Amino acid sequence: MTHRLRPDGGARGSGDADREPSGVRGSGGDASGSDDDDRGSGDGGRGTPRGKSAAGAVRDAVERTLGGNDLAVVLATLGAIYLLFTLFVLVANDFEITTSTINAIASTLRLLTFFAASYAVLALALNLHWGYTGLFNIGVAGFMAVGVYTMGLLSSPPDATSGMGLGLPLPIGIIGGMVAAALVGLIAALPALRLEADYLAIVTLGLSEIIRLTMNSGQLSSWTVETFGFGTGGGSGLNLPARPTDALFEGGAGEALLATLTGMGVRRSIVVDAAYLFVVIAFVVGVYWLLSRVGASPFGRVLKAIRDDELVARSLGKDTRLFKIKVFMLGCALMGLGGILWQGSYGYVNPNSFRPIVTFYVFVAVIIGGSGSNAGSIVGSILFVGLLFEGPRQFGGIVQNAMELGDAPATFAGAVGPLTGLDPTPLLAYGLENISALQFVLLGVVLIVIIQRRPDGVLGHRTETAAAVDLGERPAAGAAPDASRDSATDAGSASGSGGDADE
Amino acid sequence: MGLTKALDRGRETVRGRPLILITWLAGVLLALDILARLAGVEIALAAGRSFGGSMSAAQFGNLVWNGVIVGLIFGLAGIGLSMTYSILNFANFSHGDLLTTGAFTGWGAALLIAGWGLAETGSLVLVRAAGGPSPNEIGASVIQAPIAIVIGVVVAAVATVLVTVAIDRAVYRPMRDRGGIPLLIASIGVALALRYVVQFVFGSRSRGVTATEGVRTTVAGVGVNLHELTLFVVALVLMVGMHLLLQRTKLGTAMRAMADNKDLALVTGIPTERVVTATWVLGGALAGVSGFLYVLERGTIEFNIGWFLLLFIFAAVILGGIGSIYGAIAGGLVIGLVHEVSLVWISGDFNAAAAFLIMILVLLYRPEGLFSGVTTA
Repeated sequence: MTHRLRPDGGARGSGDADREPSGVRGSGGDASGSDDDDRGSGDGGRGTPRGKSAAGAVRDAVERTLGGNDLAVVLATLGAIYLLFTLFVLVANDFEITTSTINAIASTLRLLTFFAASYAVLALALNLHWGYTGLFNIGVAGFMAVGVYTMGLLSSPPDATSGMGLGLPLPIGIIGGMVAAALVGLIAALPALRLEADYLAIVTLGLSEIIRLTMNSGQLSSWTVETFGFGTGGGSGLNLPARPTDALFEGGAGEALLATLTGMGVRRSIVVDAAYLFVVIAFVVGVYWLLSRVGASPFGRVLKAIRDDELVARSLGKDTRLFKIKVFMLGCALMGLGGILWQGSYGYVNPNSFRPIVTFYVFVAVIIGGSGSNAGSIVGSILFVGLLFEGPRQFGGIVQNAMELGDAPATFAGAVGPLTGLDPTPLLAYGLENISALQFVLLGVVLIVIIQRRPDGVLGHRTETAAAVDLGERPAAGAAPDASRDSATDAGSASGSGGDADE
Repeated sequence: MGLTKALDRGRETVRGRPLILITWLAGVLLALDILARLAGVEIALAAGRSFGGSMSAAQFGNLVWNGVIVGLIFGLAGIGLSMTYSILNFANFSHGDLLTTGAFTGWGAALLIAGWGLAETGSLVLVRAAGGPSPNEIGASVIQAPIAIVIGVVVAAVATVLVTVAIDRAVYRPMRDRGGIPLLIASIGVALALRYVVQFVFGSRSRGVTATEGVRTTVAGVGVNLHELTLFVVALVLMVGMHLLLQRTKLGTAMRAMADNKDLALVTGIPTERVVTATWVLGGALAGVSGFLYVLERGTIEFNIGWFLLLFIFAAVILGGIGSIYGAIAGGLVIGLVHEVSLVWISGDFNAAAAFLIMILVLLYRPEGLFSGVTTA
């Protein structure tokens, strides 16, 4: 299917192995599809390694039922996570269906969707960098911070409790935030894109820490307030404008609707939050559409060519540096947007929201979904939020309530000590009490396992091909690897649509 | 003749690499500013700012000493990072958390010995996870319990080596031939898992561990902190030891050969896997010890101290040129000095940012490092 030489090189290993048994279905799908859109590579799951693992079996089953339709995969994942969390809430409420239970379910699912959608925007942006172009940017949190803070500095009211803004209309703030994030991306990209991937990683991580420390500086804030009339508020944070959807429910039809719904027993916050949620989802759809267009365009083909082999792209006369700068700026702007949609929606922000760990969250989401696929990024975000981010906490809470383990020991010693008397309860109680730490351990382990066993992501080999035809197709058994590659390339040029070359 | 040549070279620098020139100019200006401050000269500039000012030699000396102390920590930890970077070819993002591992295990042992009988064993081994007797009651300092500190250093090294080698077997070894980025991502996973295992076991509370009584004394009229002095001595001894190991032993030669050219080393019959293990052992031990010493110097311990140090260590290694242990040491000292001496001009909000900025600038304009040309030698 895809023959690629990503900067990581190694991702190929199991990809190639996956590809072997897949020739039968592969040629048909690619010959007709042949373009770069998500559906073209949606048949990625076909290369399931002989049903050895449970994940592979699940993947096979999903593949068979959904037939590689990305929307169906996203909705099915979302549905499964919804089901799981509904179950969690029901268990926590002893299966008593009351208004409060239904409200709790709705509010849990809303929160879940909100996180998933926020991460989806960020993951899509990171996928543009990492999955499409091979730029290893681990400064996502920094670009988010630039977006959110610029939005706040432009649009917060001048009489805010903490920090000070210019009070401009919100759209100006949002666009300003995206532009600022893109410009910071430009400043970083101009020199940094010459670097190798691991150096780029260190530079972007350092940059994101510099940005966070700058936002955190109280001195800087008071100085800018005195000089320019706006400031970040330093460590005490910045007040942000309220969500625009909140105003819908103040007067008019919105207020009437809210009154009806609350009359039916729906909690007020659920309605108001849900309204904002739809806005975020709309943005996810918009960003997805934009990036799908970008990916399928000649521009996108060059990006994938850069990821696969930058030298070849340059030999074909592409100014790869310019392409990389453009795509870096676009991705950074989208990261700024993601930050605004997520952290910008709480009415308040402080620098602690932009610790590097946020970047790693987004990275895990992209890697779970399989880097290189837009739909995969969305699925990865849903899975990450459901199973790694919110799931363990909910699960721990339920077990804690259900088992009545008594007070958890204060220290690990108190938890392990009773094990000598074969009493695991204190350890269990301690574990549940400190489930947030275990959650991070789980996150780390999942990251390691995925990168070791499934570098192509849980959903399988979904990287979109740069070339218009299948270069990885092996013509005949027994042919030497070199010969097979040559003939594949020949086939590619013979068909007259040699990918980037014709742009 | 010589003069014109020098002038030509100068002109070339101005034209070809203006940024280098600006950096030099800025450096010279800052050095002059320090001299002016020390001399007590102040020249008023625009907008209420001035060149020079007043600063006592003691103040300046203090900043420089602090810089050297943190610089030694960065350098000592950087040796291991630099070695794994050059021999295994990936940026190990879990290196900071190896420092944390060493700090907690080492201090657990040190407190257990220093405070034997004062509190429950569990509480001491977990580095006062639940409070209990105060650090001064336990008396873990070089004055009151030197043996505890020595044993702490050894335990820190041994425990970290065990953790490091176990991680290598479980995580990195199966991925040996997978290139830098997958290994880097795996190391991020390792960093997360390791840090939060430490938090799970030792708790998330930040607490004091060292006793302060009698640690600050005057030796020959100069006020010294004995813990800083210990750090200084131990770090220097370990650095000299590393130098001898790399230069004089067969293992050192093999490691340098592998850093230079892996395939050639393999062809020459160097047992690469064994060298890799040795790299982890040395790097892990140094990381563990520097974590322990860092806590000895700052007095408090927390589960994310190592992670906060990671970028500084990277900065040191990059500044010195990846693969060179002398570079890592020198880079560590430079970064440490920048971190502390920059406080003369900028507020404490930004001195970390200044160190990171230096790292980024070096990466961009001199990615081979300031002391390049020597690799693992």
